[in-house]
Amino acid sequence: MSTSGGAAAKAAPWKDQAAKPYVQVEGISKSFGDFKAVNDVSLKIYKGEIFCLLGASGCGKTTLLRMLGGFETPSAGKIFIDGEDMSGVPPYERPVNMMFQSYALFPHMNVEQNVAFGLKQDRVPKGEIQERVATMLDLVKLGGFAKRKPHQLSGGQRQRVALARSLVKRPKLLLLDEPLGALDKKLREHTQFELISLQDKLGVTFVVVTHDQEEAMTLASRIGVMNHGEIVQAGTPSEIYEFPSSKFVADFIGSVNMFEGKLIEDEPEYVRIGSEELGGTIYVSHGISAPPEAIVWAAVRPEKIFMSTAPPEGSDNVARGSVQDIAYLGDLSIYLVKLPTGKVVRVTQPNTSRHAEAITWDQQVYLSWDATSPVVVTR
Amino acid sequence: MNYKRSFFILTCLGFGFAFLYVPILSMVVFSFNASKLVTVWDSANSPTLKWYYALLNNEEILDAAWISLKVAVINASGSVILGTLAGFGLARFRQFRGRFTLNAMTTAPLVMPEVITGLSLLLLFVALEQLIGWPAGRGITTMTIGHMTFSMAYVTVIINSRMASFDEALEEAAMDLGARPLKVFFVITLPIIFPAILSGWLLAFTLSWDDLVISSFTSGPGSSTLPMVVFSKVRLGVSPEINVLATITITVVTLMIVGVSLWMARAAKMDKAEA
Amino acid sequence: MTTAGRLRRFGVTGRGLVVVLPYLWLMLFFVVPFVIVLKISFSDIDLAIPPYKPLLDWVGKNSLAIRLNFNNYAFLFTDRLYVNAFLNSIKVAFISTVLCLVIGYPMAYGIARAKPATRNVLLLLVILPFWTSLLLRVYAWIGLLKANGVINNVLVWLGLIHDPLTMLYTPFAMYVGIVYSYLPFLILPLYANLEKMDWQLLEAAEDLGCRPWQAFYKITLPLSRNGILAGSMLVFIPAVGEFVIPALLGGPNALMIGRVLWDEFFSNRAWPVASAVAILLLILLVPFMMWYQNIQARESAGAR
Repeated sequence: MSTSGGAAAKAAPWKDQAAKPYVQVEGISKSFGDFKAVNDVSLKIYKGEIFCLLGASGCGKTTLLRMLGGFETPSAGKIFIDGEDMSGVPPYERPVNMMFQSYALFPHMNVEQNVAFGLKQDRVPKGEIQERVATMLDLVKLGGFAKRKPHQLSGGQRQRVALARSLVKRPKLLLLDEPLGALDKKLREHTQFELISLQDKLGVTFVVVTHDQEEAMTLASRIGVMNHGEIVQAGTPSEIYEFPSSKFVADFIGSVNMFEGKLIEDEPEYVRIGSEELGGTIYVSHGISAPPEAIVWAAVRPEKIFMSTAPPEGSDNVARGSVQDIAYLGDLSIYLVKLPTGKVVRVTQPNTSRHAEAITWDQQVYLSWDATSPVVVTR
Repeated sequence: MNYKRSFFILTCLGFGFAFLYVPILSMVVFSFNASKLVTVWDSANSPTLKWYYALLNNEEILDAAWISLKVAVINASGSVILGTLAGFGLARFRQFRGRFTLNAMTTAPLVMPEVITGLSLLLLFVALEQLIGWPAGRGITTMTIGHMTFSMAYVTVIINSRMASFDEALEEAAMDLGARPLKVFFVITLPIIFPAILSGWLLAFTLSWDDLVISSFTSGPGSSTLPMVVFSKVRLGVSPEINVLATITITVVTLMIVGVSLWMARAAKMDKAEA
Repeated sequence: MTTAGRLRRFGVTGRGLVVVLPYLWLMLFFVVPFVIVLKISFSDIDLAIPPYKPLLDWVGKNSLAIRLNFNNYAFLFTDRLYVNAFLNSIKVAFISTVLCLVIGYPMAYGIARAKPATRNVLLLLVILPFWTSLLLRVYAWIGLLKANGVINNVLVWLGLIHDPLTMLYTPFAMYVGIVYSYLPFLILPLYANLEKMDWQLLEAAEDLGCRPWQAFYKITLPLSRNGILAGSMLVFIPAVGEFVIPALLGGPNALMIGRVLWDEFFSNRAWPVASAVAILLLILLVPFMMWYQNIQARESAGAR
């Protein structure tokens, strides 16, 4: 069975100090005139990983991807793939293949010819080409479509042809530019798992660019969150979600409640934050490094907040408010609770039972969370 | 405005197209008129094909047509090569030395009055002849060079605009898969933009075939083109053989245009797959 | 180092090789000729082949004299004929452009708003005359406009007039000819511009209380500005220097500068004068050509 992130996820080579990275990006920058699209990015990507570059439009992720592929020349820095310096190496000489956002299937060639194109450029013997193309088409479940032309295929089918075409050469690195962007929701979910399964089978290292965090969370062994041309945090999906290193990352992935406050107590095993927004104190059961009296933010995820009609125990990590809005999403409900301080807190609860005890609008509720739930960020 | 019922627009369209086509149709109709006066219908003897026979036996016109054909074919082929290079370069290469100049040089001929271009070309040929002995006198060579110079501007515009809507990802994908830039051009780009190249060829052919002014300036003795012969006849008034020529031209052009647009429609389907 | 790398040392890039051929061609056969025209506009007429005196002359052993004859230009400025020809050409071109706009704009608009299937047919109908020889189409008007031509015959037959109208060899004929020939040149770029318009803007305007004609005036017209200008330049600039139509349809009073240039060159063998005319015409038109370039650049920048 394949898991998110593929084989590499289980092995977690990034944790091993001695492991040699398969792709090494060192101090890469790219400027277009005055505009700095990528600013001093360094990354280590390991063999067999699915590494996702996640960010909003214009954050530089596509530019970084294109530099890996050889379509843009870095203004500074170096890229190493399997130990080789890729400076000055054009795309047609790199052991890298790319799957384009628009698929870029050659319209005047049929599916078979499209997939065979890369092999023809390498002067692979005809018999071998036929064999490898047929195998690859079967792998992407397009076995009977060899003679069709791109305009005779559906969006999902074209995507699979693009995938087959880029994988048939067994590249060391496969770059995917928003691979699922053009597909509708159901197809996207289905294809996400197919991609993981394919990668697991072939053992190719993937670098995926996406703006869709759900996609990144599903596919990736590790995610690199990008903003304004820089990698603001790189880590596994759970690391990024549970332990964001900044307000930006906390806010970007999923939803989050940010409580601004000042450090009251700062001990190695815990901190206590006084928050006016909350109208109370937040107790976090781990230490942080910050100067005294610093302004910090405690990030609490909506699903980690308990909502009850009876007041909870303790004075830390509690608040009282009234339910302002409810959004019913079938499997869970989102509640917007307004505190006396004016702050609106977002709480999600799974709809586990059908009882009529359901919390309703304008109801007075108590909010509380565990001391292990908040993450304190200092920027 | 509820467009569908806009009487004004429909009337304008009606009058506009009538305005465009009545003269053409009148020429066709009167090519079957027996009278030498052309526009006075000789109902006793018409309709007739006698002027058609006359035209097909007219040595002067046939020779001129042959010369026009030669020049037009060479011109079209040469212009397509030059124009594709220029159009491709201007579309794909954001910056290169001389880009501004090349752009200006390929758009100026589109609007410049032909008398200026014609005069300047002739003076160039005369000066060259004095300087290096070539070209020795004016004739088909100088005419072809002249035609190519302004035709390539049109082809450049066509190819440039086609390349602008051509997905660069196709070329990048080919390079990514191992093809060098030259190979990408011949194996990927060229086949896909072929309809544009074809229309460039046809346009260059037509411009050369119909050209009068530049041909007059750059031709020599014995190299009169069809338009030059037509012009000398037409200066004196109407002539039934010219009506016949017009009818034949219009028929050929119509067939060609209909044929090419059907082809383009098929190519457009391929474009949809590109997107 | 690869061959490409070695060549790059000498400034030879792949890109350079692609554009060098058209570049050199146009330099030699388009730009250099203008320099020669300029040079000859400063020389004297000579009864020789070629019919002009050389500019440079050896005087003595070591000195070279350049003889610049400004007489040609002086001649053009002082002789009423040429001044009138220039002014008349501009006037005729301007009026023709306006007429083309009046007839052509509704047509372009109608085509742009038609259903796709109809649109293609209409476009084909506009393009077809454009591909038919200009010469032949102008010739058609001779047959229509002359004294015993089609129009006069029809009018007489209908009893509307007794004597045939003099239409041929008048300015009227020339305007008809120019408008007729250049109409497709206006319709096509204008159509290209209108086709890109978002018609929902008009619906939004009407929804907000705008009457149809107001919506046209306030929204469609301003947005089609680039198309109007591009089409107008494509008519105006060549029309100024037009030769064939004045020669065939205009009378002796229809003095257009293109015809003047032709006559000077072919009839009078006055190459230097013809060159001077060409240079002045060029100077007159270059600002318009640059304006046209500017419009095209703005249009393509807007499209991106």
